[in-house]
Amino acid sequence: MALFKINNVKISGMSACVPKTTESNWNHANLSKDAIEEFISTTGVEERRIADAKTCTSDLCIPAAEKLINDLQWDKKDIDILVFITQTADYVVPVTSAIMQDKLGLSKECIAMDIPLGCSGYIYGLSVIASMINSCKLKKGLLLVGETPSKTVSPNDKSTQPLFGDAACATALEYVEGAPPMLFQLGTDGSGYEAIIIPDGGYRNMVTADSLIEVEYEGGIIRNKCQLFLDGMDVFSFGITQVPKTVNALLNQYNINKDEVDYFVFHQANMMMNKMIAKKLKLPEEKVPYSLKQFGNTSSATIPLTMVSQLKEKLGSNNKFILCGFGVGLSWGTAYVETSGVVCSDLIEYE
Amino acid sequence: MAQITSEDFLEKFKGIFEDTDPATIQSDTVFKELDEWSSMMALSLIAMADEEYNIKLSGEDIRGSVTVGDLFGRVNNKLS
Repeated sequence: MALFKINNVKISGMSACVPKTTESNWNHANLSKDAIEEFISTTGVEERRIADAKTCTSDLCIPAAEKLINDLQWDKKDIDILVFITQTADYVVPVTSAIMQDKLGLSKECIAMDIPLGCSGYIYGLSVIASMINSCKLKKGLLLVGETPSKTVSPNDKSTQPLFGDAACATALEYVEGAPPMLFQLGTDGSGYEAIIIPDGGYRNMVTADSLIEVEYEGGIIRNKCQLFLDGMDVFSFGITQVPKTVNALLNQYNINKDEVDYFVFHQANMMMNKMIAKKLKLPEEKVPYSLKQFGNTSSATIPLTMVSQLKEKLGSNNKFILCGFGVGLSWGTAYVETSGVVCSDLIEYE
Repeated sequence: MAQITSEDFLEKFKGIFEDTDPATIQSDTVFKELDEWSSMMALSLIAMADEEYNIKLSGEDIRGSVTVGDLFGRVNNKLS
């Protein structure tokens, strides 16, 4: 069972970078006033940041990483590992982490890998990088997360297009003997793989001319097979049942007192779902920050983006976090992390 | 949990609506034709089934149902 502890790893700093261009759902060109109000009241998403055609995830990640390295006054030579979480990589092949190793001027002895998970990606990524830092006694590592989901959605799909925004985040970690252990619970249910899917473009359904044909679905939704499909009902049903289970499993296994946790940062999927999850877990409102309103659903970047944008002033002191990502795969992960003196860079806006 | 009655389910189903006259909702009502029905109401229905009956309604359960009675049938199946 994937319930485990990782010792000797500290989060030293966090940063985030978002595109400067903002789209507001209040002014949405394709939705009626009633549809806009219903959408915002269900999802909580009012604005999103959108990368332009020339901007990819590495373009957002690199400024986030450079700023953080600078704010921490780290020597790049000490960075032994770079893990990059994304489902919207610069290229299908090769991994974007290799491109960033070069662009950031990191050592050629740095481990670099991509992990193509979405909503659960930050938690999975944290477990992988922390695990390698601890077991291999690596000095320092960078966990980068970058997503441009705005490029995957159909402009005529009102169930997805107004939901997703773009962002990148950097988390700096280091080996520190005796650091409070990070605790994790990870899980998977591949029977739900069709709940969030881009059907064509992989090798199961290679791209053909047919892939680009626009098809109209119920409710006036128009989409082709290279664009993201999201079954809102299935994802909601999964979220409200699985998330309380995974959080409680971690709390119970390690006897964590819920009242002593300072913040519960959930993947920013949908306000109605997240509020229901918080209600089921009986969490006070002030312990559950959101970034849905200004940034929307930024896929794997939502958890660190929420921490950087909503908790900047708090990160410098001692905090106990429960972080939980859940969604595409279906995949989920919960982490318990105790932090102190985390350097939090100012949010970067990229043009 | 024991099986529930269709009356019990009907009452809980009516409870998720705010602007609809409860008298217009019966077991044979085609719920997707109700003015107030929307994708948000579908999520409220899923939430209600989870809270009241501790069962998971899927997108397919809702798409595959026409009347309130059909929904009750699906909920009941999951309880048995």
